[in-house]
Amino acid sequence: MAILLDAREVHGGYGAVDILKGISLRVDEGEFVSIVGPNGAGKSTAMKSLFGLIRIRKGRILFGGSEITGLRPDQVVRRGICYVPQEANVFPSLSVRENLEMGAFIRNDDISADIERVYQLFPILKERRRQLVGTMSGGQRQMVAMGRALMLNPRLLMLDEPSAGLSPALIELTFEKIQEINRTGVSILLVEQNAKQALKISHRGYVLVMGTNRFEDTGMNLVNNKEVAEMFLGG
Amino acid sequence: MHLTGLVSYLIFFFSMAGIYAVLALGLNVQWGYTGETNIGVAGFFAIGAYATAMLTTPHSTEYFGGFNMPFIVGVLGAIVACAVIALVIGLITLKLRGDYLAIATIGIAETLRLYLTNATSVTGGVRGIAGIPQPLSKLIPGGASLTFLLLVVVTVAIVYLASQRLYRSPWVRVLRAIRSNEDAVLASGKNVLRFRIESFVVGSVVMGIAGALYATFTRFISPEAFDPIYGTFLVWVMLIAGGSGNNFGAVGGAVIIWAVWSATDYVTSLLPTAWDTRAAAMRIFLIGLLLEVILILRPQGIFPERPPKPIGGEGPPSLRTATPEDTAEEN
Amino acid sequence: MLYVVQLVVYGIVLGSIISLGAIGVSLVYGILGFSHFAHGDMMTFGAYFGFFAIATLGFPLPLALLFAVAATAILALVIDRLIYRKLRKATPIIMLISTIGVSFMLQSAAQIIWGSDNQVYQQGIVLPYKFLGLRLQPVELFIIIGSIVLVVLLHLFLHSTKIGKAMRAMADNVSLSQITGINTELVVIWTWIIAGTLAAAAGVFLAADTQLNPRIGFNLLLPIFAAAILGGIGDLYGAIIGGIIIGIVQEVSTIVIDPGYKPAVGFVIMVVMLIVRPYGIMGGKR
Repeated sequence: MAILLDAREVHGGYGAVDILKGISLRVDEGEFVSIVGPNGAGKSTAMKSLFGLIRIRKGRILFGGSEITGLRPDQVVRRGICYVPQEANVFPSLSVRENLEMGAFIRNDDISADIERVYQLFPILKERRRQLVGTMSGGQRQMVAMGRALMLNPRLLMLDEPSAGLSPALIELTFEKIQEINRTGVSILLVEQNAKQALKISHRGYVLVMGTNRFEDTGMNLVNNKEVAEMFLGG
Repeated sequence: MHLTGLVSYLIFFFSMAGIYAVLALGLNVQWGYTGETNIGVAGFFAIGAYATAMLTTPHSTEYFGGFNMPFIVGVLGAIVACAVIALVIGLITLKLRGDYLAIATIGIAETLRLYLTNATSVTGGVRGIAGIPQPLSKLIPGGASLTFLLLVVVTVAIVYLASQRLYRSPWVRVLRAIRSNEDAVLASGKNVLRFRIESFVVGSVVMGIAGALYATFTRFISPEAFDPIYGTFLVWVMLIAGGSGNNFGAVGGAVIIWAVWSATDYVTSLLPTAWDTRAAAMRIFLIGLLLEVILILRPQGIFPERPPKPIGGEGPPSLRTATPEDTAEEN
Repeated sequence: MLYVVQLVVYGIVLGSIISLGAIGVSLVYGILGFSHFAHGDMMTFGAYFGFFAIATLGFPLPLALLFAVAATAILALVIDRLIYRKLRKATPIIMLISTIGVSFMLQSAAQIIWGSDNQVYQQGIVLPYKFLGLRLQPVELFIIIGSIVLVVLLHLFLHSTKIGKAMRAMADNVSLSQITGINTELVVIWTWIIAGTLAAAAGVFLAADTQLNPRIGFNLLLPIFAAAILGGIGDLYGAIIGGIIIGIVQEVSTIVIDPGYKPAVGFVIMVVMLIVRPYGIMGGKR
């Protein structure tokens, strides 16, 4: 399978201290990859570094064969990666429809087909397309956040803890939806606290500990791995 | 004669520079130590000046005061007036931070100026107060201005040394902690509001002392003298240019910027007389431009703050930002 | 009693001008994150541009307004490019101090270029409209109608255009805007264009209604910030309500207070507001 995202030996962090101490990750075309690990492992930081939100001191990141190390977020977006942060991932003063429109900001063509696709994926958003997102529940906001990221038809969709703060039923629904998105051909990179659930539906997974790679294997293998289970899998 | 003229000018120059140095030292306690944006410096400058004028001038019906008191009483009056008013203002507004505090202090200073201008029977209105006696003027015959300069220099020295002693005190350590991370100090259980009020009062009192010196130096005051440009803006430029957080920077900045300000006076005097009315405006424009250049090129000032080695190992609070990433949680 | 209503009418006229200023200030605060203390002086420049159009170019007032708007928008962009842009990463306090510097530069520049004497937009006495025993100058009617038109246009811009929505998005969350791919520098440019437009209109209206000198804008700075804070800083519709309230209170207060203290009235309201309900009467977002 073709390699889509290739991060090699990335060192970086905020300010003077490196949180990432030589992380390597790979996502192939069409793959569903999860990053799991204990608190403070650097999972979110790793994802942010891929998107240009963190200063990278050493290492390289390639996407579709070309270098994206050190690019700014608005440049990375144009390469085909879309990112849904964990918090503050919607525009509360804007309506559902307007949030989706903002997702497509860099496009100048007709976006109505893509808006329809998002509505099909999340029918409740169509119902409430004029509602201000700030007045919606956590689960609905999450849908808006994901829908917004899909408006550019990304090759890779990165999600930072999409299950955070959701009820178990909603968490299941969320993971289902992400799988549905994956089946349309979008590669997925997921950071998750709910490690077991995430790894079960992933092709492959990475376990990060203290800013370094600790384990890499298929999703199911990691779920069944005793050491990993001991470490922290409960979720 | 040429030399006497030069000496006389230098005495004037350093007297004014010294008065501004005291103002800057006062602002440094509020902004440099505690991070309080007081854009109403002119207000306390004025209160100190008016208090001294009212107390030390001979009897007059033009305004409230004329108690003919000696200079030292005038200074004490300035201190008390500033302390009380600063306390009241502090209790009301110091819950505010940053932009809101800045706006509030501007408003207070402007309201005060409106009062000074309109409450003619109390303050003399636009006519101001004249005939303010200068202290120690009879000490050295013919050397009144020199004696006054010595008084200014001594005052600057006292305030500077006191500030330096304070800098290492536990009190200022808390103030500086408040400046760099107020929420952390709050969380540690300290009464942040009390510290901020204390710092505000101390700084205001120092500004009031500068006002007392100013009134007895120029021997005439009116609301115009405490225009925000001369009374507040210039002081901020001095502190930022010199290096905020830093007493040497406050004094150094005052002297340097006062020199620049005086130089602009000289430069604009070279212009044809038709430009005379524009001259003041041009000087202000140049100082404003200088401030922008400093903020863009060297915001830490000429003498950047070099705090004593903190136990935690953290550097001086930067004028440039903490980016959101710096304080983000890692995950 | 009729006198009070007349004062209220004056208050609405003044309040409209204050509102336009307050919207501009709120806009800059919401999107760029700092308090634009030079806003009053930007209004002054707008007023002088309008004066130039009327006195030198012979334009009628509406056309002079358009001229002033264009010129002030350009001025705002130039200031941003030369100064504010270089301080994008500075703390809000440094930005604030920088705007104070710009304020003094603009004020003194106006004095250098046009002198400090009072000027008027038009000479001579103009008969006011009379209705229900109240008086309204034609220019005052123009101000009220003009303000309403501007506010409606702004609303349409923010809700019907892509860049307008992007402005609202950026006011919500700058970081997410960048992640989404919104061209934040373009949003900043449009923010200054709109802020400059509103400031120019406010300045022209103010000069047309009263008089013109280098301090008229600066004199309204406190009431403008008071209005913006009253409405909840960052809330554009709150700014309108705040402006009208401050305008009316300021005018009506002259019944009991010496008119010399008028500027302080708005300020007192603001301080009370800040202590009692810092998020503004509308609840605000910050």
